[in-house]
Amino acid sequence: MKILVPVKRVIDPYVNIRVKSDQTGVETENVKMSMNPFCEIAVEEAIRLKEAGKAEEIIAVSIGNQSCQETIRTALAMGADRGIHVLTEEKVEPISIAKILAKICESESPGLVISGKQAIDGDNNQTGQMLAALTDMPQGTFASKVEIDGDKVKVTREIDGGLQTVNLNMPAIITTDLRLNEPRYASLPNIMKAKKKPIDQKSPDDYGVDVTPRVSILKVIEPPKRQAGIKVENVGDLVEKLKNEAGVI
Amino acid sequence: MTSLFYIEHANGKVSDQSLKAITAASQIEGDVHGLIVGSNIDEAVAEASKINGLSKLLHLDDAAFDNVLAEKLTQVIFNIAGDYDYFLAAATTTGKNVMPRLAAKLDVSQISEIVAVESADTFIRTIYAGNAIATVQTSDAKKVLTVRPTAFKAATTDSAECEVAKINAENIPSISEFVGEELTKSDRPELTSAKTIISGGRGMQNGENFELLDKVAEKLGAAVGASRAAVDAGFVPNDYQVGQTGKVVAPELYIAVGISGAIQHLAGMKDSKIIVAINKDEEAPIFDVADYGLVADLFQVLPELEQAL
Repeated sequence: MKILVPVKRVIDPYVNIRVKSDQTGVETENVKMSMNPFCEIAVEEAIRLKEAGKAEEIIAVSIGNQSCQETIRTALAMGADRGIHVLTEEKVEPISIAKILAKICESESPGLVISGKQAIDGDNNQTGQMLAALTDMPQGTFASKVEIDGDKVKVTREIDGGLQTVNLNMPAIITTDLRLNEPRYASLPNIMKAKKKPIDQKSPDDYGVDVTPRVSILKVIEPPKRQAGIKVENVGDLVEKLKNEAGVI
Repeated sequence: MTSLFYIEHANGKVSDQSLKAITAASQIEGDVHGLIVGSNIDEAVAEASKINGLSKLLHLDDAAFDNVLAEKLTQVIFNIAGDYDYFLAAATTTGKNVMPRLAAKLDVSQISEIVAVESADTFIRTIYAGNAIATVQTSDAKKVLTVRPTAFKAATTDSAECEVAKINAENIPSISEFVGEELTKSDRPELTSAKTIISGGRGMQNGENFELLDKVAEKLGAAVGASRAAVDAGFVPNDYQVGQTGKVVAPELYIAVGISGAIQHLAGMKDSKIIVAINKDEEAPIFDVADYGLVADLFQVLPELEQAL
């Protein structure tokens, strides 16, 4: 079985986000970029399934500009076998990404697609579900546990208020939540080995997908700043203020 | 223009999240129809039919929908999609699961977790974990939106009963099946609808110490939450998590205990009316957003607080 893992290049989660003064977006020039943390969890899960003998090959896909190759290399260094880079300078929306991935699913026929539940830049949380719709596959979103049993996959999902378990026919789409696993660091020998692994370069045109955005960003601003309040001396003070000043208890 | 709003329910009650999110639908010009799906749902249907702002309620009552899976529910909405221009749901784990699947079937982009309606095609949402606020405009004819409930006031359920119509399940795929659900048992309110929340962070040191929060929560009728650091450290389950990748909350009173105030956490609670921070590190960034800060050892403060309430 093949596993397809889409990976996204985003601003590193530990970098402070700065909104551009012309309100067109956030500053990405000279900012450290990394693989989206939820995508790292997806790559890790695919590798664990391969190590458990449930999968033979892991294909990492990234869609975006030339530097997305680095993100694919990171996945290859972690343990993915080969990469597909769909080169475009356009800011591709989830619906178009899902369409490209659906085409790749047609040619590669993976048994599972494992993606992150959301990217920490746009916070859309859409691509996996959209891909599932376009390929008519079932979806196990926000997964905290994945168990393959024959031609089915049992997925434990993080839902509001607890956990839900579903059984999906394969091929299926899984999107990862935080608790699924803890991604490994790539070792130096594996980073070296990854340089020799193949990355196939494609364009959206190769898949016949029009990536023109349908949603335009009119304005991006900083959130209103909250003012720091006062320090209280002790618990008695705090309770008094909450009762009489704020009136919330 | 007509909007279709997917109404969630549990134990015979319409979800508070849905009541809040439906207010966004009401701000869009035109009629709002509700859709409610489940098995033996008479009670919830009766309540939903009285939601203010709803002109029609569609309901599907079928044993096959005892548990609502995305594959099935998407098809139910898709079957009637020709009649509607807008499709909305609360950005709960159900809404987030179902609506993008619907959007792709309709071949449109989705706009996720809107916090305001600007006009018929323009909406406001947060990006980068709440570190930036984007105004976005869609060119799609049909619009699929999820709504962040905390950004809207709940609709009341005291209007006259609206028109109620039954729909049937057709072409429902059977590619997935429900196995089970394990809901965290608690006598206290749900995090997302609680008026008061007390949350613990890495400073709690271990899971057992969360009992100290439980005791204060009991006195306040509060829900208990946690930072991602506390969840990652294994102190409490993930559904406690308040933050951009967890739950976004906006209670009247939010008490952060032993939480440093990482951006990810602040994004999930900074719209709370009153924020209290209790932390022994006076440099902790949580104090920058707190209305009342107490620099002290939480293991002394929590028992005192329990006593004082």
